[in-house]
Amino acid sequence: MRGEVIAGAVAALFIALFLYVAATDPGAEWGGADGEAEGVIDHLTDGSYEPWFSPLWEPPSGEIESLLFSLQAAIGAVIIGYFFGYYRGRRST
Amino acid sequence: MEGFLPHPWWEIWYALSLPVVVYGIYTMNRLVKERRETLPLLALAGAFIFVLSSLKLPSVTGSCSHPTGAGMGAILFGPAITAVLCLIVLVYQALFLAHGGITTLGANVFSMGIAGPAVAYIVYKGCAKSNLNFYASIFLAVSLADIATYLVTSLQLALAFPSATGGVLGSFYAFGTVFAFTQFPLAVLEGVFIALIFKYVIQVKGEVMVKLKVIDEKKLRRLKGVVQA
Repeated sequence: MRGEVIAGAVAALFIALFLYVAATDPGAEWGGADGEAEGVIDHLTDGSYEPWFSPLWEPPSGEIESLLFSLQAAIGAVIIGYFFGYYRGRRST
Repeated sequence: MEGFLPHPWWEIWYALSLPVVVYGIYTMNRLVKERRETLPLLALAGAFIFVLSSLKLPSVTGSCSHPTGAGMGAILFGPAITAVLCLIVLVYQALFLAHGGITTLGANVFSMGIAGPAVAYIVYKGCAKSNLNFYASIFLAVSLADIATYLVTSLQLALAFPSATGGVLGSFYAFGTVFAFTQFPLAVLEGVFIALIFKYVIQVKGEVMVKLKVIDEKKLRRLKGVVQA
């Protein structure tokens, strides 16, 4: 039980941290860190760097992007659920 | 970050990652053939990379990043096999999500699939030798691997874009500020979470972990005893 309590407490702390930053820093945009790194590159090269290759395909909208991210998580979650369900079930019979 | 790693760096990281991935595919095939019973754990390790690397979490810097999930694979199977698992996820994200990229694939496999997992593997083995608590060892290995991944990413970018005034070190600091601070709380969360998952893995598949030499028989009995009490 101790492990679950610790994990729960850390998760709660993480959420609290998010709420704190969200409340105190109205300028926070919650964008991706890699987007910010692209900004750093822009700054370091005085805006002269042009990416020399673009993605072959881009999700046409934010909705479709989140669909594909959810799908990725769902595929993983199905495997994890199957693994624990199968072996727990087998042990208890 | 497609196209953001200029020549010759994207080729260099491809060249460094390729041998590890090839070796990883070789050892993975052998492992699955000779020890069929490890296959479910392999799938589990891959599944965690899938789930965790899809979760973009908000952090103290007011921006978002995602954990790597690669620590579990590294502890169970070592860095080479984990590099193969990461490659699958990175290709998925590069092709379908325009996240990461094909030109930066070599660099991303290196940071997420090789450098991070190598840190997890070494830290875990070191902790196991020094008899540190099993779950504390997992926590340390996974968290440090997560941070190491983003430090290596920062270094990769710094080498490609040295600052005019501060050189590589100056850029490393600039990129590190963006990545490492964002990543720190995520790394802690990932470490705690994976340590908890290992508690369940030990309950259902502890004996396979003994076969993979992750823990020894004595430790397994003790951990199972503690769990049941």
